[in-house]
Amino acid sequence: MDGNSAGHGEAAPADAARFPLPSEIADAPGAEGWRSMYPYFTRFQPDDDKRFWFYNSMHFPEPMPAFDTITAEVPYSAIGANTARVFVFPTTLGIEHRIVNGRVYITANPVTDPEEIGRRAAVFGERAGYYYENWDTLQAGWKTRIKALIDEITAVTVPSLPEFEELEVVTGSTGVAQNHYVRENFHRCIDLFSVMWHHHTEFLMLGYGAYVVFFQFCKQAFPEISDQAVARMVAGIDVIMYRPDDELRALARLAVEAGVDDLFTEGCSPPSVLAALAGRGEGGQAWLAALERAREPWFNVSTGDGFYHHHRSWSDDMTVPFTALPRYVAQVRSGLLADRPTEALRAERERIAAGYRDLLGSAGEQAAFDQMLGLCRVVFPYVEDHKFYCEHWFTTQFFGKIREFGALLARYGVLAEAEDVFQLHHTEVDQALSDVMLAWAAGAPPLGAAHFRPIVAERKRMLEALRGWSPPPALGPVPEALNDPAVHMLWGVTQQTIEAWLRPSSDVVRGCGASSGVVEGPARVLTDVNQIGEIRDGEILVCPVTAPSWAPVFGKIKAAVSDIGGSMSHAAIVAREYGMPAVVGTGDATKRISTGQLVRVDGDRGIVQVIG
Amino acid sequence: MIPRFVCGIADVGAADAASAGGKAAALGELTRAGMQVPRGYVITAAAFGLAMDALDPSGAIRGALGELPGDDLAALASAAAGLRARITAAPLPSGLAVDISRAYEELGAAAVAVRSSATMEDSPEASFAGLQDTYLAVRGADAVLDRVRACWASLYNDESVAYRRRQGIGEDGLAMGVVVQRMLSPRAAGVMFTRSPVNGDRSVVAIEGTWGLGSALVAGEVTPDSFTVSKVTGEITGRRIGAKLRAHSFMPNGQGVSAQPMPPALRRSPCLTDDEARALALVGRQIEDHYGVPQDIEWALLGDSPGGPALHAEPADRIVLLQSRPETVWSAHDRTPIATPKPRAGDHVLARFRRAL
Repeated sequence: MDGNSAGHGEAAPADAARFPLPSEIADAPGAEGWRSMYPYFTRFQPDDDKRFWFYNSMHFPEPMPAFDTITAEVPYSAIGANTARVFVFPTTLGIEHRIVNGRVYITANPVTDPEEIGRRAAVFGERAGYYYENWDTLQAGWKTRIKALIDEITAVTVPSLPEFEELEVVTGSTGVAQNHYVRENFHRCIDLFSVMWHHHTEFLMLGYGAYVVFFQFCKQAFPEISDQAVARMVAGIDVIMYRPDDELRALARLAVEAGVDDLFTEGCSPPSVLAALAGRGEGGQAWLAALERAREPWFNVSTGDGFYHHHRSWSDDMTVPFTALPRYVAQVRSGLLADRPTEALRAERERIAAGYRDLLGSAGEQAAFDQMLGLCRVVFPYVEDHKFYCEHWFTTQFFGKIREFGALLARYGVLAEAEDVFQLHHTEVDQALSDVMLAWAAGAPPLGAAHFRPIVAERKRMLEALRGWSPPPALGPVPEALNDPAVHMLWGVTQQTIEAWLRPSSDVVRGCGASSGVVEGPARVLTDVNQIGEIRDGEILVCPVTAPSWAPVFGKIKAAVSDIGGSMSHAAIVAREYGMPAVVGTGDATKRISTGQLVRVDGDRGIVQVIG
Repeated sequence: MIPRFVCGIADVGAADAASAGGKAAALGELTRAGMQVPRGYVITAAAFGLAMDALDPSGAIRGALGELPGDDLAALASAAAGLRARITAAPLPSGLAVDISRAYEELGAAAVAVRSSATMEDSPEASFAGLQDTYLAVRGADAVLDRVRACWASLYNDESVAYRRRQGIGEDGLAMGVVVQRMLSPRAAGVMFTRSPVNGDRSVVAIEGTWGLGSALVAGEVTPDSFTVSKVTGEITGRRIGAKLRAHSFMPNGQGVSAQPMPPALRRSPCLTDDEARALALVGRQIEDHYGVPQDIEWALLGDSPGGPALHAEPADRIVLLQSRPETVWSAHDRTPIATPKPRAGDHVLARFRRAL
């Protein structure tokens, strides 16, 4: 499967080492009570020792705050529903997840009985066929639905619980007081989040399915083809993912035109620049107005991937855009700021596709190639763009609303501060809100302060302790063969990855070569996206995983290395665009490389070497 | 047309395999395709014919060889040895010796490689043996003449003669060309296939190389470095660095070609940079395009000495080619189509997901 493994030499047999069993994991010191943060259905069961699990550090690179487990619970509920129940994928049911020491482990649930596969295939053919045949129309409908959903979550209000209700409640005879809407509107947020994830996964597996089929055809026709060459034939050019970065470039140009570019210096602080702009007359006003226009919706990109409440969006925290702006401003001044060369990228994509097509053995194969590649390009706008609508735009609004409910709880003293709401599971938030609803109605103080505040304090302490725990990359028996292309594509996990996890060598980190080239430079290890401002020109970014909002950083770095990710992961796509080497899916580069170490990144071979 | 006995490499092309031999024709064709080959000249099949007619005017000796039964190996060996002795002992017709010597002087009277250039498909074993019929670091006109005769004599190797008898190939019209080229002192050399030798993939060029002359690789004295380069994207998708314990090198002022141990630091160092590997792959692809079929190519990369400093020239300008012939192993395979068009594009996915992953 792994086109970049040719240089890896013979892998030793995998029986020499093994992963711990789930039951063998000891509680992280100082966080022995971690189970109290998570629902019972996320715990490892005795029988789970018999299955292979891997740590989903791609989506969950940090210990889970209690509320944030909703970003595992709801997506896995939705994706399994779509694959197993709605479209009835013949060979795949859903994904199961477990939490241990605050980390999310997952396993895919396969169907192996040929008879069962056949029975499911008949259903799948009709249902998936309908979607493929009507993809464009259905996708247009999807976009309408998801935008309506974003409008709906944005419009949700958090009741203010005034001393006396508005007169209209009486004159309009609405018959319902504000405290009712505390619960209704909170539930509305949770329900909309669930609907969003059902929409999110509605097209996803079908989209990836088309890619998997093309990918496997290419690997069969061209056994030596790299994963990235396949990805480059499919990749979209006008992808929404690049739009926030494009907006920043436009803002940099405007800063120079409006004569306010002197304010954008390396390390500048967003609030002070914004304050200074307000006092810079027409130019400053024009720039601030342009910023406001760009913010909705393009600054709704999260600094993470929409899976943690503290991965704030650009709109919430302008550190990321203001880290990129000084560099773009400098490039505008020196005439070096170029737009994405979309025409050249398009031509290159066609050149590569034509190059491989020409090498096929027959006109029949070429026609099949055209069909498969054509289908990939039909489905890919969805695969590439859904993240902005779902994980970024919608989720930024969602966490914002929950934060407002947190502010309500803080105002009533149940929590010390609004942000503490994320230390409670959504069912616990439900309880806390009931407490406030009753208290407002009764005219008495809520009882939650004594109950929840110690819990929140203890959980914050435990999360800190859990940060110090190194999760094994996988748990349970090593599978005889791990050739699930979806697992490879989404998580970069292959037999080679597993072997590398089992046998880490001291100075070589192996992963999936996702963008070619070889460079050397000092490493900058970021385990938390909020450190993004620390990156300096010419450094090599080493991070757990990257998300679209990281794109501006790619203008500063020489290469990208990530713990998790396959050839279609965000870091891979952006690195190819920027023409810089990238190695993704290393498993543990952030643990084995330290900031300041000199490293050599070989994006052709998928190797990162510490050289000094 | 009056047969020419000696001509320039650029004077022959792919169509001249019968008159100049396959190797000469290939080298000539490469120069016509714009590739760099070592300077040199060709001694044609007509020259061979002239020399053979001089030492066996009636053709009786060759005719007798052709009458021997294929299973009488002792008789074949004895007759072949006799003929070889005659060829290596007989002086060349004087005009021919003058032509060859003059061409050698025009080449600068420097050390040369004298290489046999067969006019017919030889046996698989003999084609390997044919690699041995290259004489390196030959210096002086008389030595060149000796080596030319040795090349001609190799046509009557025991194995070659036995092969022809087994296959019922007559001795009439048998001929051989010889190529004389300036010696190279390459930094690295090797072979490349314009498809994967492992799985037949036509989208890559597979390169094997070692320090110094390619003879160390051909003789199996080193584990070469191997590179797999995509023809389409230029990516290097595979790379294995071999243990190149020694190198064959040519000493322009010394004793010719010798095998020397490589310094430990260079044994495990790649003999090609990424740019050089990509430049070689591009040349491979150009040759394949020129011929229209995958090629098996011998190459050298100019430099001062094995593993020594690279010359200050673009990689493409340092590549010299020594041979190119059609790849035969995978070309003979008939591949069943991997996929055929389906009524609807989505049917490819539906079919895939009906099978277990």
